[in-house]
Amino acid sequence: MSDVLIASRAPGADLSVPGASGARQFWRRLRAQRAALVAAGAVAALVLVALAAPLLTAVEGQDPTTYHPDLVDSARGGVPVGPFGGAGGEHWLGVEPQTGRDLFARLVYGARVSLGVALAATVVQIVIGVAVGVAAALGTHWADQLLSRFTDVIVAMPLMIMSLALLAIVPSSFPRPVLVALVIGLIAWGNIAKIVRAQTLTLKGLDHVAAARLSGWGGWRIARRELLPGLAAPVITYAAILVPQNITVEAALSFLGVGVKPPTPSWGQMLTAADVWYQAAPQYLLLPAGALFVTVLALTVLGDGVRTALDPRAASRLRVGTGRRREAASEGSGGTDPEGPGGAEPEGPGGAERPGGAERGGAV
Amino acid sequence: MNGFPGFALRRTVGTLATLLAISVVVYVVFYVTPGNVAQITCGPRCSPVQVQQVADQLRLDDPLYTRYWHFLQGLVIGQDYSTGASVQHCPAPCLGLSYQSDQQVTELILAKLPVSLSLVSGAMVMWLILGVGTGVLSAWRRGRLSERVLTGITLAGVATPVFVIGLVLMIVICGELELLPFPQYVNLTDDPEQWAWNLLLPWLSLALVEAAAFARLTRASMLETLAEDHIRTFRAYGVGERSVIGRHALRGAFAPVIALNANTVGSAVGGAVLTETLFGLPGVGRELVHAVDVVDLPVVVGTVLVIGFFVVIANAVADVLYAVADRRVVLT
Repeated sequence: MSDVLIASRAPGADLSVPGASGARQFWRRLRAQRAALVAAGAVAALVLVALAAPLLTAVEGQDPTTYHPDLVDSARGGVPVGPFGGAGGEHWLGVEPQTGRDLFARLVYGARVSLGVALAATVVQIVIGVAVGVAAALGTHWADQLLSRFTDVIVAMPLMIMSLALLAIVPSSFPRPVLVALVIGLIAWGNIAKIVRAQTLTLKGLDHVAAARLSGWGGWRIARRELLPGLAAPVITYAAILVPQNITVEAALSFLGVGVKPPTPSWGQMLTAADVWYQAAPQYLLLPAGALFVTVLALTVLGDGVRTALDPRAASRLRVGTGRRREAASEGSGGTDPEGPGGAEPEGPGGAERPGGAERGGAV
Repeated sequence: MNGFPGFALRRTVGTLATLLAISVVVYVVFYVTPGNVAQITCGPRCSPVQVQQVADQLRLDDPLYTRYWHFLQGLVIGQDYSTGASVQHCPAPCLGLSYQSDQQVTELILAKLPVSLSLVSGAMVMWLILGVGTGVLSAWRRGRLSERVLTGITLAGVATPVFVIGLVLMIVICGELELLPFPQYVNLTDDPEQWAWNLLLPWLSLALVEAAAFARLTRASMLETLAEDHIRTFRAYGVGERSVIGRHALRGAFAPVIALNANTVGSAVGGAVLTETLFGLPGVGRELVHAVDVVDLPVVVGTVLVIGFFVVIANAVADVLYAVADRRVVLT
């Protein structure tokens, strides 16, 4: 998991504070990485597909919930009629076994659920994490102790297990996708709170914050104007890791039958019964599995790219990127890496940084 | 107190406090749910009399802190339950009675625990071998084509959910190629060979997902060590590349890897739930999924606590191991 190295960096927090020019620098560095660009394109395409799901299915002339019993062979246990699982002009990717629902429609609507739930959960995680982290860093000693210990408890809870159990007890009248997003968001904000707390503590000691305090600014104004811009880099970096992780968790929960429930389509849920049908209708397995794989892969690569763009030093430790040299050249700084073996830079303070902090909490 | 004993003591106290806090949070969250707990627990077809019985047994009319206190008492000294006419003694650590079977939750979980432990421990051996091996290989072949291929495979491993890997492996290896039978759990004590043979695929599914993190970490730590001065000195003395990589650079990856390993054991339980469900292994994770299905609250709370217990212990072990392995760490 890519968050290992990030988490180990956070306490050191020597990330540069992006200002107005920081955003432009960020884009330039992101564009310099070919893999990240491709991934960004893939993510953009996926988001477009998710947004345009009603449009796409309207063009196809199908919808994700209508049963087509005439298209499945009930004598053979519900196998889709026709070659390639019933794929053709009517149903572009064929139909679901047993129910005959349109696979293409379920797949694109599934993208909506998958991305929507993951993004919403990430927003919840960021809001809680930033609030708790900033409050702990700026609050009194006791507030800090209380919040930090509570964060430790939250971090120690296995995400999959807790969300699985929590989803069982909430009344089913609640809209399911919203609920899944909330549950994931409410359980897995611990690491972001830790990172934000550490970064805020560092920022608090910086001159411009002290100057703001001395000129009589209130706590709110300082937090909003001086601290939040400095928190942007680590929060964005970590959020880029959380989104693919949340997608996997949602898919896993739906796969287990406690996440998004039918008739709402979800990739994880589509895979639940897929193993029974792989011979008769292989695309019933391959399509949601492939969609899940491509989405998580693209988001992970994009997340790596975002981190590299925000913190170029971390990149050299991850891989020898050609993009890095191009970026260094384009910035006109001239000096590339001090060319250690394989271009790896020695890390700064090795000290008490420990890896794996972010690994806790049951990644799937 | 300073030094290692003090550190270990503080960690132990901290771990116990965390466990207690988790039990409070889990208990409160699950028993202060919206809706009638007795009705949810008993099921939709329960008569009002049955619902009242459940409420009595759960002591739902008592205030919450009293109920939690009883629960804690059960954990430490055991508890007596009256089921119908007879009284059942539930020895410590008592996690209550299942609503489905009236069985003691502790017994229920203990019966399933060997399966989950077999799964996670075997997978651990595999992800260490696969992950560290890949990491060493890609640090050794850095900059070459083979490293790029390995990096690609690792990335694919990071991006594939465990149930997708498991599903594909099961279909290809058991279904199409028929190299292995569809897994069925066999007790280790009954037949070690069949035990390993049947668990091979679940181990591999779980390990492939986790191995990617180890490959990345091993590679990164090794490259970091390779950039240090003492490695340059070794090279200047004419130490061969194989020895530099295999002996000296690998040492740099040692501490981070064992720390990550203990953490991964904790987090792999989430993957274990999926693996058990997918392959139909009768472990704790599958028990949890089943209990969630039928809303058997005591079993849900019990399994969550037991799994949380293992995660917290694993994380504490990670801290201690990391401190022992890396002398630079300041013990706090």
